Amino acid sequence: MDDPVIAIKNITKRFGDRVIFDRLSLDIYPGQTLVIMGGSGSGKSTLLRAMMGQVPLDGGEIIAGGRSIGSMTEPQLMDWRKSVGFLFQSGALFNSMTVADNLALTMREHSDLAESTIQIMVKIYLQMVGLRQHLNKMPAELSGGMKKRAGLARALMMQPQIFFYDEPTAGLDPVSSAQIDTLISDLHRKLRFTSVVVTHEIKSAFRVADRMALLHNGKFVVVGAPDEFRSSKDPLIRQFIDGLSVGPLSDPRGHEDYEKDILQLG
Amino acid sequence: MFRQAIEVLGDFGLMLYRALAAIHESLVGGRGSRIGRANLWWQMNRVGISSIPIVCLVLFCIGAILELQMAKPLANFGVVPLTADIVSLATFRELGPLVSAVVLTGFGGAAIAAELGTMVVGEEIEALEAQAIDPIRFLVVPRVLATIIMLVCLTVLGDLVAVFGGMTVGFFWLGIGVRQYLAHSREMLHVQDFVTGLIKAGVFGLLISSIACFMGLRVKGGAEGVGLATSRTVVYTIVALILVDLLFTSAFFYLGF
Repeated sequence: MDDPVIAIKNITKRFGDRVIFDRLSLDIYPGQTLVIMGGSGSGKSTLLRAMMGQVPLDGGEIIAGGRSIGSMTEPQLMDWRKSVGFLFQSGALFNSMTVADNLALTMREHSDLAESTIQIMVKIYLQMVGLRQHLNKMPAELSGGMKKRAGLARALMMQPQIFFYDEPTAGLDPVSSAQIDTLISDLHRKLRFTSVVVTHEIKSAFRVADRMALLHNGKFVVVGAPDEFRSSKDPLIRQFIDGLSVGPLSDPRGHEDYEKDILQLG
Repeated sequence: MFRQAIEVLGDFGLMLYRALAAIHESLVGGRGSRIGRANLWWQMNRVGISSIPIVCLVLFCIGAILELQMAKPLANFGVVPLTADIVSLATFRELGPLVSAVVLTGFGGAAIAAELGTMVVGEEIEALEAQAIDPIRFLVVPRVLATIIMLVCLTVLGDLVAVFGGMTVGFFWLGIGVRQYLAHSREMLHVQDFVTGLIKAGVFGLLISSIACFMGLRVKGGAEGVGLATSRTVVYTIVALILVDLLFTSAFFYLGF
């Protein structure tokens, strides 16, 4: 097997009393689409941000390109970020700019290309996501799905080697979700970059994944191929995939001291 | 509480240092470190141009009010034309930069805090970082430079309008001739009165924009957080302006300017 592109090694992170990562480890291999699943608030998005160097860790390290992200200098971190495309949950387009300017921004900032070349690239990438006719629109004029597609095109502009998707289909109708999933699969197939998709949408996860990981209580409780997940009898996986309200992933109701609390006897 | 205040001040100092370093880098660095003339021009337009009518109106009124307030006590000594000296000196040294700064705090400072706060809530700041674009260079530096430049310009304009306001009242109500008024103003004012006012304006511009950017970038908790940051920006900036003004006035006083 190839060397991992990103190696997460025993990372720990707390927000106050809340444990987000508890000695979490995982290797991400080149050309692979890894889907990280987990309930709301389980730390999936925080993990993506930690891999971008936007969240400082309490312990452990994330190795990317042979270097620990936590010990990268500012220019090294910038170089790392330039090699990663990031699709945010909301699309995170700059509201004061047109769709075309949103896409052109990174090229204007990081390349010496002529403006006419940048404009051609903008049209090519917008065509790839089916938004070429909307290039002069403001983000406020786009639907949720279109914003995500524009965000995807923007992230592609720098021709990244690795792509992070943060809840790419959250809040979208089934058709738009399927379109985004198809887009992710097509791009992955055509451009062969390494992808990490964070989601809790099971249908989407199975559509795009080469490998899956389930994050729970700060740890990856299961890591495996989609077929392993589908056929698993593990009650934890079954509860997540089947969307059952009762099971090992459910929050404990905390019956202790309930009467005292209600009657204010404590 | 004390520790938290020190931490906030430390963060503010760090942001200011990074902004100044980015300004330096933009002057000597290449692509990826530039501020962008178009961006700076747009910010100057947004922060300064929209404030011109209100700064002019307020300073015209202040000149007129000062003229009227000074007229009675000076009339007792038979030296009413000296109101021109007082209005000119007070405006150029103090009221021009301070009042322009307060108006710009309401206009530009609040707008900057709200804009950056909204960008934080909409993940736009994280998106900039993810694209290897430094938000301090890309967002803070143009706003800081634009506010400094525009406040200096507004102060020059405000000074002149305030003297014009005093002169208008002096001419129509107090019977002071225009030539006499201007002669008194010219006689009283020295270059250092003008320069100290402009130095204050520059520092006030830095203060307004840096506090606004700092508060905007620290927004937490959605729309409510944006509202809170905006109102706090106005309050903190006005308090800081008065304190820094006192500091500078004391320093100029002891240095003999």
